[in-house]
Amino acid sequence: MNPIQSLVAPDMIAQVGFAVVVTLTFTGALIAVLPRSILYNVLGLALGLTGVAGIFLYLGSPFIALMELLIYVGAICISIVFAIMLSRPLHLSLPKRYLPKVGLALGVGLLVFFILSAIIAKTPWQPAPARSSDWSVETLGRYLLTRYDLVFEAISLVLLVAILGAIIISGYARRRPS
Amino acid sequence: MNSLTTYLFIAALLFSIGIFGLFQRRTLIGMLIAIELMLNGASINFMAFNRFLAPDPIVGQIYTLFIMGIAAAETAIALSIILALFRSIRSINIERARELRG
Repeated sequence: MNPIQSLVAPDMIAQVGFAVVVTLTFTGALIAVLPRSILYNVLGLALGLTGVAGIFLYLGSPFIALMELLIYVGAICISIVFAIMLSRPLHLSLPKRYLPKVGLALGVGLLVFFILSAIIAKTPWQPAPARSSDWSVETLGRYLLTRYDLVFEAISLVLLVAILGAIIISGYARRRPS
Repeated sequence: MNSLTTYLFIAALLFSIGIFGLFQRRTLIGMLIAIELMLNGASINFMAFNRFLAPDPIVGQIYTLFIMGIAAAETAIALSIILALFRSIRSINIERARELRG
């Protein structure tokens, strides 16, 4: 037993870590939604997605957590930042905010949350009778290339079409005289 | 920390924050960010069911990977549309985009 374990129980460290991760997620989500400056929103999104990666870690999948960091924080947030930087300084002109619209949006959000939590609380969740405990990346790769082969190829095609479409759309708009 | 409903409530709250942001924002990039939050709520749901209920703990991870791929494709398309729209109306406020003609 190493000295840190004798001072603090590992279980308590895990719980504190979980609280930190959840706080990170919701702080990031609120920063991503509330401020009017888009740059703050993107940074909040990056913070919240880092927290989500931590939640994935607690759900037992380090591979998906790393993918979350790589794809969401590394690719999506950075490409949004690039899109902001390539256009005019948008963060100087903050859009106005209508209070009735914010109130209605808050109402809809709360309504959705209450409906979802009622469903979650009422459903008796039953685990599957026989559960395998194979979490390895190796099995994941084997499944991707055998049983989910078609879906894997379909998503590759979707990504290819999306890249080509993005190039065509932005290039077409540039050539058009405005 | 080790029960299914905790994670489901976290996912539902994240999804609701995403919906709130989607209805409240007036800029396209803000709405895109809100959609990313909603997709992440769905991913947490998949991973939680995968961890606590599913017979095979690989399937949920594969679904989460596919959600990430869809989100990446969606972001690429949406950002290029936003850039094209920005060049024609000089703003990313959706209330100024009143025509669909390219």
